[in-house]
Amino acid sequence: MSRTFVGMPAFPRNATRAVQNSQLRYNLRKATHTIRGKRAAVVGELPDWAELRAAGKAIKDHTLRNLDTYLLQLEEAVTRAGGHVHWAADAAEANRIVTDLVRATGETSVVKVKSMATQEIGLNEHLAARGITAYETDLAELIVQLGDDLPSHILVPAIHRNRAEIREIFLSKMAEWGRPAPERLTDEPRALAEAARLHLRERFLSTKVAISGANFMIAETGTLVVLESEGNGRMCLTLPETLISVVGIEKLLPTWRDLEVFLQLLPRSSTGERMNPYTSMWTGAVDGQEFHLVLLDNGRTRVLADEVGRQALRCIRCSACLNVCPVYERAGGHAYGSVYPGPIGAILTPQLRGLGSELDRSLPYASSLCGACFDACPVAIDIPEVLVHLRAKARHARAERAGMRAAGWVFDRPERLARAQRLGSRFRRLVPRRLPGPLAAWTDTRDLPDIPATSFRDWWDKTDGGRR
Amino acid sequence: MNHPEFCERGLAVRVALFITCVNDTLFPGTGRAVVSLLRRLGCEVEFPAAQTCCGQMHVNTGYQAEGVKLARHFGEVFAGYDAVVAPSGSCASMVREQYPRLARAAGVTLTVPKVYDLSEFLVDVLEVTDVGAYFPHRVTYHPTCHSLRGLRVGDKPTKLLEQVRGLELVPLPAADECCGFGGTFAVKNPAISSAMCADKVRNVMDTGAEVLCAADNSCLMHIGGTLKRQRTGVRVMHLAEILARTEADK
Repeated sequence: MSRTFVGMPAFPRNATRAVQNSQLRYNLRKATHTIRGKRAAVVGELPDWAELRAAGKAIKDHTLRNLDTYLLQLEEAVTRAGGHVHWAADAAEANRIVTDLVRATGETSVVKVKSMATQEIGLNEHLAARGITAYETDLAELIVQLGDDLPSHILVPAIHRNRAEIREIFLSKMAEWGRPAPERLTDEPRALAEAARLHLRERFLSTKVAISGANFMIAETGTLVVLESEGNGRMCLTLPETLISVVGIEKLLPTWRDLEVFLQLLPRSSTGERMNPYTSMWTGAVDGQEFHLVLLDNGRTRVLADEVGRQALRCIRCSACLNVCPVYERAGGHAYGSVYPGPIGAILTPQLRGLGSELDRSLPYASSLCGACFDACPVAIDIPEVLVHLRAKARHARAERAGMRAAGWVFDRPERLARAQRLGSRFRRLVPRRLPGPLAAWTDTRDLPDIPATSFRDWWDKTDGGRR
Repeated sequence: MNHPEFCERGLAVRVALFITCVNDTLFPGTGRAVVSLLRRLGCEVEFPAAQTCCGQMHVNTGYQAEGVKLARHFGEVFAGYDAVVAPSGSCASMVREQYPRLARAAGVTLTVPKVYDLSEFLVDVLEVTDVGAYFPHRVTYHPTCHSLRGLRVGDKPTKLLEQVRGLELVPLPAADECCGFGGTFAVKNPAISSAMCADKVRNVMDTGAEVLCAADNSCLMHIGGTLKRQRTGVRVMHLAEILARTEADK
């Protein structure tokens, strides 16, 4: 995967291009509405969903408040069970640790379990530059990797592709990476899955190093947990001689009892299933296998220090917010310029990366604040609240600042507002149908309302509230 | 606090009208409709003339300091009233839902007056659903995000519409989806905003309604502006304007 999100323009420009892509719009609409419906059904059937959600929120909040204690407990438990724990302050350090670990094995290829953390740090690209090939084994990640593409969804990274496009990618690219696709490959889902299965099977059996992330880490026993659907994770987690897991420090849960809540919340929120097909759990290293856990900060402790923004660290990467978001549905994942797209990406990316770039500053504005994401979130992250909080931190354009200041000055005194209204009413016939400058963004697609001859407050004044 | 209590105390229900800056400036007809409707139901309506804006545009666009200033002013103007009624779910939710968050984020203390959206005030406080209205037209209702997911008004507005004589209420497909207005979002992300509205308009057209009703003129300005631009012939009306209509207005 040579493409990166680095240097992408701001969200509105990316989105303007995306909304005109009819294939993308069709694919996204179909996929998000399908998952949306499935999620709604399996969430709706649980009488105690609200309680589960509250419990998930409370467990995560408690863990985050005591993260220092639980992380040390985890380190001790993993070490006791024969694993090695490494601490990475940022992406560069994590990449260096993983590269050194792979080099120590003498191998030049690794298989990967789908992992957001390794995408966040750009691990595949880092390894490739050092002569190590990372093979993605999740079907959708494989599609993205073969297509020299970027992920556009947390759970379904190839959501922007339909099966005809996937067939094309398999036919033209599979041979470059290993076993070629069957010559007469159709775009039937079963045929596509079979082609991927055959392609990947050889890889699983021949590769000696695997890299994964984890959905959860349990502090009391040092157990890591991966939930998946395809069995590729199980292959990677059990077959290779060396397993390296890169996990964000917020993925922690204190006890197995806590895990019970999340094993209900996650599959129902993400794939819309009561239970995911494969749940793999491992504690330390088993005989004949080496296990390394790389604990990744990469901005997380900074997020933790922000009283409003820290709730984003409760996220369990389920994607429910993406699937219900009207903005994501129309813009697609690439517009967000990050491996974390959609509503959660709009609050996570600018917090992890900072508000330095124009793109990252534009992300908190990539929302109409409709609140659908908050309702769908299984750990009750108040995404609109964090969006507004980040908007207050972002630097604003000078013209906008001047306009907002002027509006604030007018609203500061009722007599100023009344004067402004009278001025508007007097010149109401002169308002053009198409507005100039940035306001053209309104009149390009929408008519303006007629300005009334009299404001409400003047009407009230003149008529004594309609009594005269 | 509800209507019977007021009656026991032998008082008329005294209501402060929070008109909102958008209605005050652009949609005074909605304000007049609220006044006539509430008076018809026995309320005494006051209009605190010092009111300006709740600060939502500033806060939601990232201008916290200006927002706090306006929120403080709002608190001073409306602090003394038992009930404040606003013909806007969004502005009512700004005060009730967002003022406490704003206070927390900005580290200030804010007064949060008791603000009701019109449908909440009618159904919960006055305990009426039949307001004696007459409106013989085919109408569909868009619930608006902040009424639905902020204030959680539920089916109160449609309960009111169902009791309007002559009115044929047609359900709006995908009603709970945002129309794409979102305040300054409409001009900051015009492509997405318009794409969202295109779907809303399609759903409105599918109902075959003459009138699209909502309890928020900001959303209606957005959807209505698109309906008008596309020459659909469908008009938009605020809930208050329909509920204010009687046989006498024919």
